[in-house]
Amino acid sequence: MTKPESVLIIGSGAIVIGQAAEFDYAGTQACKAVREEGVRSILVNSNPATIMTDLDIADAVYIEPLTVPVIERIIARERPEGLLPTLGGQTGLNLAVELANAGILEKYNVKLLGTPLESIRRAEDRELFNNLLADLGEPVLDSEPCESLEECEAAANRIGLPVVIRPAYTLGGTGGGIAHTSEELRAIATNGLSASPITQVLIERYLGGWKEVEYEVMRDGAGNCVTICNMENLDPMGVHTGDSIVVAPSQTLTDKDYQMLRSAALRIIDELGIEGGCNIQFSMAPRKDVRSWEGDSSKPLPYYVIEVNPRVSRSSALASKATGYPIARVAAKIACGKTLDQIPNAVTERTTAAFEPALDYCVVKIPRWPFDKFALGDRGLGTQMKATGEVMAIERTFEGALNKAVRSLEFGRRTLLWEDPSWNDAPGINLSATDTRLWALMAVLRRNVPIEEIATETGIDPWFLERLHRIVEVERRLLSETLDGELLLVAKQMGFTDEMVGQLADRLPEHVRELRQQLGMRPVYKMVDTCAAEFDAATPYFYSTYEQENEATPEPGVSTIVLGSGPIRIGQGIEFDYASVHAAWALQDAGRRAILVNSNPETVSTDFDTSDRLYFEPLDEEAVRNILENETGETGETPTSIVQFGGQTAVNLAEPLWRSGQAIIGSSAEAIDTAEDRELFEEFLQNLGIPQPPGAAVRTLEEGLKTAQAIGYPVLIRPSYVLGGRAMEIVQNAGELVGFLAQAAEAAEGRPILIDKYLEGREVEVDAICDGEKVLIPGIMEHIERAGVHSGDSMAVYPPVHLEDDEKETICRHTEQIVLGMGAIGLTNIQYVVLPREASGEPRVYVLEVNPRASRTVPFISKVTGVPMVQLAVRAMCGESLESQGYEEGLWPEGDLVAVKAPVFSMSKLAEVDTYLGPEMKSTGEVMGIDNAYEPALAKALAASDLALEPGTPVLLSLSDRTKAEALPLVHALHEAGCDLYATEGTGTMLEALDIPSTFVTKVLSGTHPNVVDVIADGTVSCVLNTPEGQLTGSLRDGFHIRRAAAEKRIPCFTSIDTARAAIETMRGTVTPTVARLDEYVNK
Amino acid sequence: MPSARLALADGSVFEGRAVGASGHAGGEVVFNTSMTGYQEMLTDPSYAGQLLTLTYPMIGNYGVDTAVEESEKIQPSGLIVREVAPTASHLNSTNDLGTFLSDRGVIAIEGVDTRAITRRIRSQGVMLGVITTESVEDALAQVRSLPGYDDIDWASQVTTEKQYGWGSFAKNSNLLPAVEPIANKAVSTLKEGPRSKASESHKKVVLIDGGVKRNIMRSLTARECDITVLPIDATAEQVLALRPDGIVWSPGPGDPQVQNVQVEETKKLIGKVPILGICLGHQVIARALGAGTFKLPFGHRGGNHPVRDERTGSVTITAQNHGYAVDPIGLDASAEVSHVNLNDGTVEGITMRDEPVMTIQFHSEASPGPLDSMSTFDHFVEMMATAGVK
Repeated sequence: MTKPESVLIIGSGAIVIGQAAEFDYAGTQACKAVREEGVRSILVNSNPATIMTDLDIADAVYIEPLTVPVIERIIARERPEGLLPTLGGQTGLNLAVELANAGILEKYNVKLLGTPLESIRRAEDRELFNNLLADLGEPVLDSEPCESLEECEAAANRIGLPVVIRPAYTLGGTGGGIAHTSEELRAIATNGLSASPITQVLIERYLGGWKEVEYEVMRDGAGNCVTICNMENLDPMGVHTGDSIVVAPSQTLTDKDYQMLRSAALRIIDELGIEGGCNIQFSMAPRKDVRSWEGDSSKPLPYYVIEVNPRVSRSSALASKATGYPIARVAAKIACGKTLDQIPNAVTERTTAAFEPALDYCVVKIPRWPFDKFALGDRGLGTQMKATGEVMAIERTFEGALNKAVRSLEFGRRTLLWEDPSWNDAPGINLSATDTRLWALMAVLRRNVPIEEIATETGIDPWFLERLHRIVEVERRLLSETLDGELLLVAKQMGFTDEMVGQLADRLPEHVRELRQQLGMRPVYKMVDTCAAEFDAATPYFYSTYEQENEATPEPGVSTIVLGSGPIRIGQGIEFDYASVHAAWALQDAGRRAILVNSNPETVSTDFDTSDRLYFEPLDEEAVRNILENETGETGETPTSIVQFGGQTAVNLAEPLWRSGQAIIGSSAEAIDTAEDRELFEEFLQNLGIPQPPGAAVRTLEEGLKTAQAIGYPVLIRPSYVLGGRAMEIVQNAGELVGFLAQAAEAAEGRPILIDKYLEGREVEVDAICDGEKVLIPGIMEHIERAGVHSGDSMAVYPPVHLEDDEKETICRHTEQIVLGMGAIGLTNIQYVVLPREASGEPRVYVLEVNPRASRTVPFISKVTGVPMVQLAVRAMCGESLESQGYEEGLWPEGDLVAVKAPVFSMSKLAEVDTYLGPEMKSTGEVMGIDNAYEPALAKALAASDLALEPGTPVLLSLSDRTKAEALPLVHALHEAGCDLYATEGTGTMLEALDIPSTFVTKVLSGTHPNVVDVIADGTVSCVLNTPEGQLTGSLRDGFHIRRAAAEKRIPCFTSIDTARAAIETMRGTVTPTVARLDEYVNK
Repeated sequence: MPSARLALADGSVFEGRAVGASGHAGGEVVFNTSMTGYQEMLTDPSYAGQLLTLTYPMIGNYGVDTAVEESEKIQPSGLIVREVAPTASHLNSTNDLGTFLSDRGVIAIEGVDTRAITRRIRSQGVMLGVITTESVEDALAQVRSLPGYDDIDWASQVTTEKQYGWGSFAKNSNLLPAVEPIANKAVSTLKEGPRSKASESHKKVVLIDGGVKRNIMRSLTARECDITVLPIDATAEQVLALRPDGIVWSPGPGDPQVQNVQVEETKKLIGKVPILGICLGHQVIARALGAGTFKLPFGHRGGNHPVRDERTGSVTITAQNHGYAVDPIGLDASAEVSHVNLNDGTVEGITMRDEPVMTIQFHSEASPGPLDSMSTFDHFVEMMATAGVK
C-alpha cells in the first residue's frame, strides 16, 4: 500500500463510562506516529481536555462536534486522502461507518485506512461474525440477533434462560445485561434495543462461571500477525471486562491453552483482514469442580469466542502499559502502509515491532467505580460497564501487584484490610459481583470459609482465591508473630504497606519505616522492557519490588517529580493528566529531568516517552517517599516535587511530603493549607477585605445547627479537602441538615465540615498564574447555571457574556490579592459568585472557593486563549518570572472567539443514580463548542453534548413551584417553536391558566397510564424539563423516576432552568456554525 | 523451607530457598523468556547439562500434567525461579510443581532475583553455575570444577538407546495428547486450505534423535507419518536401509561442533531423501553443506522470536531454544539462507535450491510456544509427496 499524503483522525469525544482517557493516549500516539511518517495529520475531537487537541500534536486540529455533517465539512475543506477510524473508540468507528454509509467518503475520495470497512462490519455485526467463526471452525456460542422484543423472547425460549443481551454497536456494553427471568429479559431487551443505533440486540447463551480471557493482537497489511498481550479476568464471565479485575499475563492457562487461544485469535484477525490492533475476548471452560459444564463431543475445544473489537480499545491501552508495546503508535504506522518488521521497536531501539512482548512481572488492573459518589446507585456489576476509570499496578507477584493496585484506587485510605462494618459473620457477606467483592472475598477468607466453597459460589478460579488466602496468612502472622526482618520482607514482597504492617503488628507506620531503614530494606525498581531483560532496553519505565537489583539509579542533572492524578473518577478527570503531561514537558524545556509518578494505564502521562522517567506506582506517601529516596544521588541531592497538577490526589500529598522534609516547588504546603483550612482562609480573606459567603467550619451536629441558624437557610454544606463536591448539598432547613451532616462527616474522614450561606448568583471562575510577584489571569469563565450547580457540571462560557467591566476588574483585583497574599506560586483556581447589584451600584463579588492547584479548566482556557498555562506555571516554579517568559500581569486580552464548555454525563449506565444537577459533581467528561459568536458556540456545545433541541421536539414539563415563574418565557418559546407539550399535575394547571395547550401526564406510577415514565419510554416525548422540588437525595427524590427514565432513554433532561434556557434559545437560532481549525479561531 | 544458593562462575552468589531435592546441581546457566510451558521446558532434552532460569516470576500456577511432557525425564540439571507456586489450579492438573520437582528428584532454587540473573547472563554471556543446598564455599568450588559445557557431547547422552517406532507403529501409545487437533489448526494451514491433500497414504519417516521432543512426532503422526526413531549414531546406511520417504534430523542439546561424525553421515543422506532439520538438526545439516557454527552470547530461548522468511518477506513468531547459530560463510552454493532472525540477523533456516532439504533453527513443533510455524510439517509432507512422484 502506498503512503497517503494526509490523514483524518477522529477522536472519541467526551469522557464517558466505557470510553475514557485511553483514547487520548491512542489518538496522541497515532497523530505523532502519522507525522513521523511524513503524513499530514488532521484531527477532530470535541473534547478540549486532551493532549491530542494540542496544536502541536497534529498538523490541523479541529475542536468541533463529532457529527456527520461537521466531519463532512472538515473533509470538504481539508480533503484528506485517508481516514483512520480505529483509534477513536466506538465513537470514531461508528462515525466512520456512518460517513461511509452516507457516501461521503466516496464523494470526497477518502480512503478508509487500516482495517477495511467490511472487516468492521463483519466484526461488529453478530450474525456476520458468527458466520465467520463457523467458517473458521471456531466454536460459536449459541445466540441470535433480534430486532424486536418478540424476537428476543422467542430466542430466549429456544436458547433457554439465563441469557446475555448484547446491544449491537454500543460501547461499554451499554444497555445490555444478563436475564435470569422472563421479566428481566423484557426489561433488559427493551433497554438494549433502544441503546443500539441499529435497534438490534444479540440474545446469547450465558456462560456464567466460565473464565474470561482476552488477547490483544496486531496484524499488518502484509498479513504478519503478532500477539501483544493476553489477559485473564479474576471475575468470571458475566462481569463486563471493563468492570473486572484483570491480570496480565494469564495465570491459569497452560501453554496448550495459551497457544490454542492465541492461534484462534490470529486466525480470526487474519480472516477479518484487520490492519492494526484488535482485541479478542474468549471464554474458557472452568475447572469442573468450580462449574460443571457439558463436554459436547462434537465441540472438543473448551472455549468460545465472545467478542472482537476491530480497533484500539481500553484493553489495548492496558496491554500497552502492561507490556511497554505502543499499540496505538504501531497501529497508526500500519495504517500508513508499514509492515511490522519495518517499524522500529521504540523500547529496545534495536529490534522491530514484529515480536511478542515477554513479561517478567505480574500486572493487575482494578476498575475505579463511582459509587463513593453515588451511594444510592445500583452497585451490582454485570454486562454493562460502570467504572469511570482504572488503576494498574506492576509487581513480581500477583499478591504484590494486587495490594499496590488497591492502594492506587485512592478510596480514602482503604487498603485490602478494609471491611464493611456490616460484615460480621461469613454467611452474611455478599459475594455477588459488586464494587466491594474483592474485599468481601478477603473477609470470608479471614473467616475460614473454604476456598472450594467460594469458588463454587462465585465461579472465581481457585488460583486467585489461594493467592488471596496467602495474603490472609501473612496478615495472621503479622498479628501474632514478632515483627522480624524475615516476616517484614515477606509482607513487603506481598505488597503490604508500612501502614498495613503497622496496623496489624501494632506499630506506627513511621516505626515500620524506620525498622525497614535499619534493616536496609528498600524497594528496588525494575524496568518494563517488553523482553524480560533479554535485550538492553532504553525505556525509562519502572515499578517497585522488594528484591535484589535496582535498575533505576539516579541520573545526573536537576530532577523534579510531577505527581500525577491517578484513576479517572468523577471530579478528577483527564484534565489533570493533561496538566501533568504539560508539566513534564515544561520541566524538560526548562532543562530539568522530569520524573512522572502515576497509576493510571489509560493516560498519556504513563506513556514511557512523555517524561525522562516514569514510575508506575500508587500515589501515596510511602510510594512517593520511596521514589524520592531512590532518586537521591550520591551527592545527596533529592529531587523537588510538584503537587499542583495531579488534582486533589497530588495536593493531598503536599502535607505528608512537607512533614517528611521533602521540597515542594510551587505553592508551599502552608499556602495550600491557607486555601483549604476554613478558619485560616476566613481570617485571610478578612484581612484582605474580600467578602465570602458567611459560614464556618464545624465538627459537631450542634455546631452545625447553630451556624446554619446564625447565617440563615439555605446553606451549602461540604467536607473540606475532597474533590468534585463530594457529599456537597444545598440544605433548606434544619431537618435536612441533620441527615446531610452525617453523610458529609463520613466523606470528610475526620476533617471539619464547611457550612456556608448559599448565595444564588452568577458563578464565575478564574485560573491565575503567579511567579511570586506578578499575577497573570489568562481568562474568566462565566457559568451558565447559577451558583449551586457544581462547576464541573456547569456549562461555562469564555469570555464572560454578562459581566460588566467593573465586575471583571473586581474579580481580577481580588484574584491578584488572594494569589499574592497566599504566596501561591504557579496555578491557582478561584470561584466567585457575582450577585445582582444593589442600590449603591458597586459590584458584589464573593469568593466561593480557592483551589491552590491546576483546575479542570486549565486545558480549556489554555486552548481558547493560546496561553500555555502549565508551561508558564512550571517555569515560574523553577524561578523564571512571567516577564522573562514574555508575559505581562493582569487579564489576558479576550479574543474575538467564544467558547462554551458543556459537561457530559454517563447516567444511562448508572442505574438508580439521580441525574439532577446540584452541588455534587456527576459528569464524567466535557466537550467544547467554539465559534466566532456566543450563539453558534453554544449550539455546538449543546450538539456535542447531545443536548441540542430541534424545533417541534415534544417536551415533558414537570416544574417545581419555585421555578415556575422563571420557566414561563421558556414554555412560551417551546410552544412557539411548535413543540407538543406534556405536563404533570401542577405544571399542567399553570399551562392551562396561560392558555397553552398541553397533554396531562400523571406522576403517579401506580395509577392510570400513560404516566410520566410511559411517555418517555415509548418515545412520545424526546426531551424533559424537570426542576426538582424540595429535598433531593432523601426518600422523596421528587421526579426521580422521570429523570431516570430520560437517562435510560438517552434523551435530554434539563434539571436547571439555566441550561434549558440556553438550549431553547439556541433552538431558535438561525446562525450556521463555523467549521474551522482551532488556531483559526484563536489567532484570528 | 531450607535455604539454597546459586553460585555463578563470575563469583556472584544468589541466596534463595530450596525446592525439590536437596544436594547440588551444576550446569550452564541459561534463561528462557516464555511465560507458560514450564513442564514442556523441563522435559525438553535440549536443556541437558543446563540450569534453566525462567524469567516469568510465578511458575507452577497451573500445576503439572504428564500428558504435556516432551520426553520421559526431567532434562535440565536444575531449575532457577523467582517463585514456585505453592498451589496449582487447572482442569488437567494432577499435582503441584513443588511436589512434582521433589518426586522427580529435581534440584531447584526459588526466591532469587531472576531478573538480576538474566541481566547478568545477557551482559556477560552464558556461564557455568551451581545450585546447592550446601555451603557457598562448596558451591563456588564446584563451579570451578565443572567441565566446560561446550566440550561435552550432550546429544549422545539424551538420544534413544535403541531404535523404536512411533505413530501407527505405536497405536497404543497413551502419550498422544488430547490437544493435538488444536495444533493442526495453526494459522498458516488455514490460509492454505485443508492440510490432508498432500498425504494420500502414510509416509515413512526416519527420525535421527539428538534429543527429540515428542511434539515433533505427534505433529508428524497427525500428518499420517509413521516414524522410526534412530539413535544419533545411526549411519547413513542404517537410515537408508529403512527406505524412508523422508528424514527428520531432530533438535538436541550441545555444541554442533562435536557432531563431526554425524556431519559426515548427513552428507551421505543429502540428495537421497527429503530431509527436514530442526535446531541441532539444522546446524548439523548446515555444517554438512559447508557452513560453520558459533556460540551465541546468551542464546535464543523463548516463545517470541520473530523470524522472517527471506523468500516471501513474511514474519512468523517462533519458539526457540538454542545456544549456537549457523555462520553462513562457506555455505555451499546449492543452498541458501531461507530464514533470518529479526532480532539479531542470525540464520534461522536453510533450503537447498534443487534438493528437497529444508532446515529451521526454530521449533516448529512449539510445545511450548506459538503454533504459527506448524506448517513446516505440512511442507515437509508435501516435499515427501513431490519427491515420491518424481
